[in-house]
Amino acid sequence: MIEMQDVYKTYPNGVIALNGISVRIKQGEFVYVVGPSGAGKSTFIKMMYREEKPTSGKIMINGVNLANIKNSKVPLLRRNIGIVFQDFKLLPKLTVYENVAFALEVIEESPKNIRKRVMEVLDLVRLKHKARFYPDELSGGEQQRVSIARSIVNNPAIVIADEPTGNLDPDTSWEIMDIFERINDRGTTIVMATHNREIVNTIRRRVIAIERGKIVRDEVKGEYGYEA
Amino acid sequence: MRLNTLRRHFRESFKSLGRNGWMTFASISAVTVTLLLVGVFLVIMLNIQHITKQIERDVEIRVHVDLSATDADKDALRAKLEAFAGVEKVTYSSKDEELQKLIDSFGEDGQSFRLFEQDNPLSDVFIVKAENPLDTEKIAKQIETLPSVSKVKYGKGQIEKLFAATTTIRNVGLALIVGLLFTAMFLISNTIKITIFARRREIEIMRLVGATNGFIRWPFFLEGLWLGVLGSIVPIAIVLSAYSYTFDLLYPRLKDTFFQLLPFYPFAWQVATVLVLLGACIGMWGSLMSVRRFLKV
Repeated sequence: MIEMQDVYKTYPNGVIALNGISVRIKQGEFVYVVGPSGAGKSTFIKMMYREEKPTSGKIMINGVNLANIKNSKVPLLRRNIGIVFQDFKLLPKLTVYENVAFALEVIEESPKNIRKRVMEVLDLVRLKHKARFYPDELSGGEQQRVSIARSIVNNPAIVIADEPTGNLDPDTSWEIMDIFERINDRGTTIVMATHNREIVNTIRRRVIAIERGKIVRDEVKGEYGYEA
Repeated sequence: MRLNTLRRHFRESFKSLGRNGWMTFASISAVTVTLLLVGVFLVIMLNIQHITKQIERDVEIRVHVDLSATDADKDALRAKLEAFAGVEKVTYSSKDEELQKLIDSFGEDGQSFRLFEQDNPLSDVFIVKAENPLDTEKIAKQIETLPSVSKVKYGKGQIEKLFAATTTIRNVGLALIVGLLFTAMFLISNTIKITIFARRREIEIMRLVGATNGFIRWPFFLEGLWLGVLGSIVPIAIVLSAYSYTFDLLYPRLKDTFFQLLPFYPFAWQVATVLVLLGACIGMWGSLMSVRRFLKV
């Protein structure tokens, strides 16, 4: 479970990114975060995996306050959170299999478990047959599926996605959403920042709209609400 | 740390050496050039040190005993000399022995001194050696104040100059070596910084998937170690073969002088060890410094 209480964030250059955010996200929820560019969406997302620290306020994830954990504890926190980016962030010199296995290698998982888990998640994102391919031999959608596979390979409770369909064409975006829904069906919380109006309005889920650093709308089964 | 992880770190560090071929070459060259200079200075310094040690060892204080002193006075003086702080050894040389030495030192011409055997004008002498030759002057001054001492000789003026010279040489050499080492560290940390910059994406992803900073650092740490060790091979080979050549060339000519060079063994092993260790240290230090920038510690 994710809970934010009166979170403020001011960057060193004086930009106020978050201006008093309080929100609760229950385990297993699927949440869209929408809002215009520069409204604070990215900062909101970054707070959850502690890429940024709040200036003030509390961020609880599974009972731990991210506002005051030590830097050395951040890696442990991130092992329980999967992160997906718009630009995939795959390593070009590693194969699909190696890219996914990487996430388990760095947390010192045993080789036997690594094989098993990697093949499982590649099956889930339907890329088992391309395990030996390199990222640049895949389409954008396939690359994003690899990065999703990597984010869920260590069974995190939460998956955070920052505009995962931002670089993809509409058809591919639907494929990606299909995978997110399946991950969500298994009980994983999904928080997804997006600009994709069509997706938000079709697959109806909770919508949190952020503008000028504040939550201006929070609806169960909401809509995108902005002109595209 | 698990064995598998350690194996992974080793594998990664070697892979990275190959993957960044030119950078590896550049870093190794940087280490090679610096260690070559350091090695040359080290060899010269150690030899100068060795030579000055020998010269210093020959510095002694000659305490002339007053002619009126009795045997009891002499014993008392000897006891006092031996009790001095910083005195290593006290040897007694009677005036007859002194005369004999004088005669011997003049060879053929010395025979004319035999005339004095009847009425020896020399004094009995205590030869005092300081533990630290640099204390010679201080000890000599103190001895002058003792009873039954007529004269104290220790090569005044000359040894001060000698010691001043050897101290300067030592300090200058040390400063040069330290300076060179720092240059090497910065060269290495810069070259490794470039290889790490090329891999910042990898580091970023490692951090995102929950790798600890220690885990991220290890391969870089090992990579720096390999760079340093590989970089020390050529300097060791060059410095040692040059030394062996010089030694063979100079040894016969210096045989009967103060200037004795250090023999090749075990000196060669010592120099090789020092260079490998220096290479390893600057390599590791350089890579740790540059990886720091990419980790939020």
